[in-house]
Amino acid sequence: MTTYTFEVLVSLKPGLLDPQGKAVEGSLPAMGWTNVSGVRIGKHIKLAVEAADEATALAQVQDMATRILSNPVIEDFEVLEVAAT
Amino acid sequence: MNDTPRVGVVTFPGSLDDRDALHAIAAMGGTGVALWHADHDLRGVDAVVLPGGFSYGDYLRCGAIAARAPLMAEIRSFAERGAPVLGICNGFQILCEAGLLPGALIRNASLRFVCEDVWLRVETSQTCVTAGLTPGETIEVPVKHGEGQWVATSEELERVEGDGLVVFRYAAEDGQLGDAFNPNGATNRIAGVRNAAGNVVGLMPHPEHAVDPDVGPTGGQPLFGALFAAAMSGATA
Repeated sequence: MTTYTFEVLVSLKPGLLDPQGKAVEGSLPAMGWTNVSGVRIGKHIKLAVEAADEATALAQVQDMATRILSNPVIEDFEVLEVAAT
Repeated sequence: MNDTPRVGVVTFPGSLDDRDALHAIAAMGGTGVALWHADHDLRGVDAVVLPGGFSYGDYLRCGAIAARAPLMAEIRSFAERGAPVLGICNGFQILCEAGLLPGALIRNASLRFVCEDVWLRVETSQTCVTAGLTPGETIEVPVKHGEGQWVATSEELERVEGDGLVVFRYAAEDGQLGDAFNPNGATNRIAGVRNAAGNVVGLMPHPEHAVDPDVGPTGGQPLFGALFAAAMSGATA
């Protein structure tokens, strides 16, 4: 068995208002950055999966991302594989 | 069949309003039955209330982990049989996360926690909690939440509005709609929705805090009345 490490990036869907991102964006001009737009805040989840092969591990992470790590109504996700040890 | 409806209230780790819900059920003449999230037993109840609070610390997303708790498997089949299920506040978030109700709840548009009495306009009487009410009628109940902004994808919103799945909208006392009466920026001022059959309803406001005239508004009374009637009939409106 190999341990595969993944990062799951969860972000709010483009059309949805992101109050957190909006608040952070609103704080930037006061610090002198007046050229920033489109601030969106998401989640970064790191996890390790023990599996026989990479494809099995990746399929499991995709399934977990779909069924609990993200909410398909409001969020998109991306799975990045980091390492295999 | 019992003389009074047996209404279960589920306690998750982090539930806050489970005792208030049990108290409201008793005050309205029902029999409250405490249920535990980690069990696989609904103890023969006729209806289920998922109460407010911060289940599992609201980690990941509000209601996300509670929606996958052991007892939710029983609640899912209970709901699929047409039995009445009411989710209040965190309970509403749990039902959305479980896919039993459409949409999702995100942080209030104001980024502030809101705690105030609001007026709700009833949009349909075809549910287990509004069967005794008339569309257009208003009721007063409190809200208290930081993440109560109901949102949906555009296709889902179209279905919710098109199929009449909106149960309550934030409004003025006379039923007028306006952004001034929307405490959290909810899409189309939606405060509560139902499933297609009308036996599953969720709302952000707290009817269980609105049954005793000595401590506030009483807009929750007709909701419990209808819930009891649905529970006793074993069917929905």
